[in-house]
Amino acid sequence: MTPTSPFSVGQGLRFLPGLVALVIAALTLGSAAMLWGRGTGLTGLGPSDWAAVRFTLTQAALSAVVSCLLAVPLARALFRRRFYGRNALIALLGAPFVLPVLVAVLGLLAIFGRAGPVNLGLTALNLPPVSIFGLQGVVLAHVFLNLPFATRMLLMSWQEIPAERFRLAASLSMGPRAMAWHLERPMLVRVLPGAFLAVFLICLTSFAVALTLGGGPRASTVELLIYQALRFEFDLSRAAKLAGLQFGLCAAVTLLVARAAFPFLHDAGRGAALTDLAFAPEGWRRLGDGAVIAMAVLFLGLPLLAVIWRGVPGLADLPQGTTLAALRSVLVALASAGLCVTLALTLSLAIAARGPGHRLLEIAGMLPLATSALVLGTGLFLMTRPWAPDSLALPVTVLVNAVLTLPFLIRLLLPPARRVTADYARLAGSLGLTGGAALRVLYLPRLRRPLAFGAGLAAALSMGDLGVIALFASERTQTLPLLASRLMGAYQMQAAAAVALVLVALSFALFALLDALGARDVDA
Amino acid sequence: MKTTLLAAGLVTLAPWAWAETPVLTVLTYDSFATEWGPGPVIETGFEAICACDLRFVTAGDGAAVLARIRLEGTTSGADVVLGLDTTLTADATATGLFAPVKARPNALPVPFADPNFVPFDWGWFAMVYDTTKLATPPTSFEELAASDLKILIEDPRSSTPGLGLVMWVKAAYGPRAPQIWQALADNIVTVTPGWTEAYNMFLDGEADMVLSYTTSPAYHLIAEGDATKAAALFAEGHYMQVEVAGKLAASDQPALADAFLAYLTSDAAQTALITTNWMYPATMPAAGLPAGFETLIQPRTSLLLPAEQAQTARAPAIAEWAEALSK
Repeated sequence: MTPTSPFSVGQGLRFLPGLVALVIAALTLGSAAMLWGRGTGLTGLGPSDWAAVRFTLTQAALSAVVSCLLAVPLARALFRRRFYGRNALIALLGAPFVLPVLVAVLGLLAIFGRAGPVNLGLTALNLPPVSIFGLQGVVLAHVFLNLPFATRMLLMSWQEIPAERFRLAASLSMGPRAMAWHLERPMLVRVLPGAFLAVFLICLTSFAVALTLGGGPRASTVELLIYQALRFEFDLSRAAKLAGLQFGLCAAVTLLVARAAFPFLHDAGRGAALTDLAFAPEGWRRLGDGAVIAMAVLFLGLPLLAVIWRGVPGLADLPQGTTLAALRSVLVALASAGLCVTLALTLSLAIAARGPGHRLLEIAGMLPLATSALVLGTGLFLMTRPWAPDSLALPVTVLVNAVLTLPFLIRLLLPPARRVTADYARLAGSLGLTGGAALRVLYLPRLRRPLAFGAGLAAALSMGDLGVIALFASERTQTLPLLASRLMGAYQMQAAAAVALVLVALSFALFALLDALGARDVDA
Repeated sequence: MKTTLLAAGLVTLAPWAWAETPVLTVLTYDSFATEWGPGPVIETGFEAICACDLRFVTAGDGAAVLARIRLEGTTSGADVVLGLDTTLTADATATGLFAPVKARPNALPVPFADPNFVPFDWGWFAMVYDTTKLATPPTSFEELAASDLKILIEDPRSSTPGLGLVMWVKAAYGPRAPQIWQALADNIVTVTPGWTEAYNMFLDGEADMVLSYTTSPAYHLIAEGDATKAAALFAEGHYMQVEVAGKLAASDQPALADAFLAYLTSDAAQTALITTNWMYPATMPAAGLPAGFETLIQPRTSLLLPAEQAQTARAPAIAEWAEALSK
């Protein structure tokens, strides 16, 4: 029997979730339709387009598989070991995810590039140098950007395994191997498909990483073809067709991995850890965990250090306008995070209530994952054209980024929202607790952690936005990523690196701050 | 304190303030309007004589500027479009959105005339290298292809320099272009989305040469006192990028727009462009080129396809390029 919820359709906020879903559908599908409607030519998709589809799928699948496979030992090591700086390391796992793409690529090149320490070392040992360009480079960069994300997802799931089970297993004298088989394997089977899907979808719409490190036209992705169609050919219907194709790919893969719940759970992954570590295996496994953590620190930390190294010399002489651009960026990020959290909460509570149409709401919540930011931005540009796009640059950036981050937040909020609904709906019903009161007393305190983590994620992601703002921005609406990109376009590499460092530091600070707000949880 | 924050927020989020003086809106590419770009100097200079408010609106690179104009159509708030190049002007003319402009003499190395566009600066594309790492640079694409030098180039599908390179090879080698690209394939480290990525990676030592302009070394020499960068002189000639500005037919400030185009080719603006945009001036200012420019290579042959020819050659040339590099 389905428990009724204080947010069932028919009570209180009756039309709100439907309205939110409609707005999202209008933005995502409407923007593509807008392009289609404005288009004139009807170019078919040729062999090179299908080659791009193949490369897009190959690199996304490889990136997702490698990220997830490496995340398993790393998450496990972080789960069962305590060491100085562990919390800092877990917090730092948010850093690569918020790096602007070009900054991340330059950081990686500083380490793995032709003149980087890896190749210098290989040369010193008389070994052939490795090239970061080609499919391996694309996968390397995607793993660098997404391994931390995958690791945090898995770490949360590990911490969801009730400690009693480990105790029980220990009392039954299970060895590490048996524990892995009986406790960890079922969790991974349940959780890995969702983690794979999340990383896969992020990599599917990759443009700059794939192109910069891909090595040539063989590494064309669908998003690049969309860019080309919009910028050079101005073939809007072709762009819409390609966007439709990309959408279809996302939908197909999502359906293939269907039923695989995203492993976001109510736990933000810090502090709440296995308290009794008596059954953390010793011996070679301890050494193994240590090696895994050390390698992860090197792999993720060195490129980040390179980013800092490049940025510091220019810090003393930041270009004028940096402060204002930083202020704008922070305001956009906070507004976008606030909007995204509100939308995600509205939809999640309605979906958790399982009223009529809740499946449609869930689909609407996933729509933005498959959308090309470029198509969304161009569609919005056409829609808002009558009202001077200049004055709308920042509001549109806020809206687009909130919508693009929405699917992740819904996946983050839905499981705990469902649990709270299942646990408390009857009680709330008997107390007559509905609407705003239920939200305040019942849901908000119990969803604090995912809300805070989600807000941090949304803020950090919109901080780095360049795709949308670049289309609308004027001199007066300059944000940090835009400033950095303009500086590089004017040969000011050192100033650009400094601005990028400010950007990274600010987005990471916002992320860490918001994430930390959720550290306390009522039922935890 | 709260009101200060609120005020700061409002100022940041509200880009418009009502102005009583007429406003001339110039749509241009991103790097033009930065602190180091020509934007601030041009703005101060023109506002001193026009009794108007000059505003820059930016959109990515030249191709993005054209895309934006096509999206906006006749409802564009812009009066002047600045920063298209000759690979894009035929498309721009075909939109019918541009008004004819007054022809002015120019000092381009090839004859150039377009009823709708005024050239304001130009440059030669070139492979730029570091003289401390490469003593004898190649003297042609064929020599480059035969060497084991590593180069960085831009993608013609997403950047104007990338498109310029494809046109260069096409203009220089015609039907042999695919063979040249096939021979170059093993020299190409990677193809980047834009000039920024390629140039950054070159400065970080990822390759021996990068596709840029013959004037790039002048930036390093004059602005940074660094004489280690040079451009390689190719015997087959160098393809040109001619940057132009045009007036939109739907502009509500046509007289101001004309005045701006005239100012753009004036001595003051042309002088400023040389060391802010790092390109050659369209009309040589009285003071000539700044010290340091005499160290730059001087191509003997300038290649430039006429606008219509560039438009029709574009798609097949990109297809040839993609085909050759995908093997």
